[in-house]
Amino acid sequence: MELFFQQFLNGLTVGGVYSLVALGLTLVYGILHVPNFAHGAFYMAGAFVAYYLMAVLGMNYWVAMAGAAAAVAVLAMLAERLVFHPLRNAPELHDMIAAIGILLFLEAGAQALFGADFHRMPTPYGQIVQVFGLTAPLQRLLIIGAAFGLMVLLHLFLNHTVLGSTIVAMAQNRDGAALVGIDATRVTLLVFAISGALAAVAAVLYAPINLVYPSMGNLVITKAFVIIILGGMGSFPGAIVGGLIIGMAESFGGFYFSTDYKDIIAFVLLVVILSFRPHGLFVAKGAR
Amino acid sequence: MQVLQGRAGWIVLALLAIAFPLAAQNNYLVSVATQAFIMAIAALGLNLITGYTGQFNLAHGAFMAVGAYAVGILTVDHQVPYWIAFVLAGMVTAVLGFFVGILSLRLKGHYFSIFTLCVSYIMFLLIEKWESLTHGTVGIMGIPAPTGIGPLQFGTPLSQYYLVLAFLALGIWVMARIVRSLLGRSFMAVRNSDELAEALGVNLMRTKTLSFVLSVTYAGIAGALYAGQVRFLGPDLASEAVTFDLVMFVLVGGIGTLLGPLVGTALVTFLTQSLQFLQDYRMVVFGPMLILLIIFLPDGIVGTWLKHRARRAHAARAQASPHGARNQAERHA
Repeated sequence: MELFFQQFLNGLTVGGVYSLVALGLTLVYGILHVPNFAHGAFYMAGAFVAYYLMAVLGMNYWVAMAGAAAAVAVLAMLAERLVFHPLRNAPELHDMIAAIGILLFLEAGAQALFGADFHRMPTPYGQIVQVFGLTAPLQRLLIIGAAFGLMVLLHLFLNHTVLGSTIVAMAQNRDGAALVGIDATRVTLLVFAISGALAAVAAVLYAPINLVYPSMGNLVITKAFVIIILGGMGSFPGAIVGGLIIGMAESFGGFYFSTDYKDIIAFVLLVVILSFRPHGLFVAKGAR
Repeated sequence: MQVLQGRAGWIVLALLAIAFPLAAQNNYLVSVATQAFIMAIAALGLNLITGYTGQFNLAHGAFMAVGAYAVGILTVDHQVPYWIAFVLAGMVTAVLGFFVGILSLRLKGHYFSIFTLCVSYIMFLLIEKWESLTHGTVGIMGIPAPTGIGPLQFGTPLSQYYLVLAFLALGIWVMARIVRSLLGRSFMAVRNSDELAEALGVNLMRTKTLSFVLSVTYAGIAGALYAGQVRFLGPDLASEAVTFDLVMFVLVGGIGTLLGPLVGTALVTFLTQSLQFLQDYRMVVFGPMLILLIIFLPDGIVGTWLKHRARRAHAARAQASPHGARNQAERHA
């Protein structure tokens, strides 16, 4: 039972992080219909900014997280303005390749600035705590709390504020949104900023129990793609449910089968599911 | 420019390639060129499925790794002669491509690309983790060079160069035959529109699968040649970085053109060599270059040139017959 709880906790932790990354990805997809391959690089950039703020400038964990979120939000908006905006009328292949260009640039940039080595991010929450008579690392509980808290906040923002509603409106029907006077350019920028900030926060939450290195985003982003396909591209609840499915599958699969192959589980799951249901498990409301 | 068109152009290119080692006088440059030719073979294949058939395959580099590993495993662990391993490598990638193709090609657009990206990751992780078969992260060492055929020996960099050049020439010739045939036309019909192609009587699934299998066979053969030339393999060959490199080659030259992948590979390899001092950081320069290229020169070098030529020819024709020009003007009005 104790071991089962541990795996459940791990699944919730990893699933929460995946969901945050997938949410950013699915938001951008819902608005632009571009699979943003550079999203993993945003995730990595967030981790490095926070690492720099903490290890070099000696900042507090939460300040560093806010700093990373702000920095990556700006980075994402720059990418939108400089790369995706000029390509808005190009074939979809071109967007994908441009996103790969951003990915290559950011990854090599991080390597040039910080080297290819692995870095350990310091955290003030290294303790082990007792929950209901079971032991759990505090950082994991923190990840779970922060990730799901953020999801609730995002949900409230999208459904109960005017600004949030404009995003949903644009994701559902671009032309209709334009007709009622929604400024597509501004909404797109906002979505990129949110998406970047979510990726950065996810990275800063997860980095203390993982490591920080230039290619850290690759595996996470591919899994995030698996998640949003599972959940339906552009679907918001789909990204959360998909994230939890993959998180749990990895955690229990890694435990009961083999840790060596735990990273493959997500992809095998996707291949199997798509073989039977070519449009994913859930049909998205927002996306076309 | 006239010299560089049609059959004459290809002969000039071939002569240049044959003369290159004489001008280079340097084994290092010769082996760099050999590797560029190997990548060009793989890029030709990627261009078939992505450029001509319009399906953005992100697993191409992984298929190249499959071909390379097939040769590595067969020659080193099972002492199979190189050329038999070579043929088997081509067959293994083709069969694997068939199965991946029938699964992935049911998906459209982004779904297909992301699915193949996942396939590529599965292959990478399998190569890295399946130690009993692939030697894991250690990689495969001591792969033999291609054995001689009759009087021809392939032990030296120079002979390897000509061997790979011969395969590249064969690859180009076969590709030219494919894209100029009815089959090639049906590939392009699929690229333009699934529905249009179906309305024309093209069997969608069969055409896409055939294009995919042919495409990854090019990758497999390139991988097999790579194993024989570099003679060392690591799991990095299956990482998406290789696929992204191939995408870049195809794009710089001009996607959906026969010459494009060759020009792209040659040019990018040349640039990479001149940016050697940047080493791993060359992507800091290449990433933005790729973006600028896709924004300002979306048809690549060859594609832009072909469009320019088509426009000029059109203008010349309009000049020759004023009647046609008037019709044209009316249509544009």
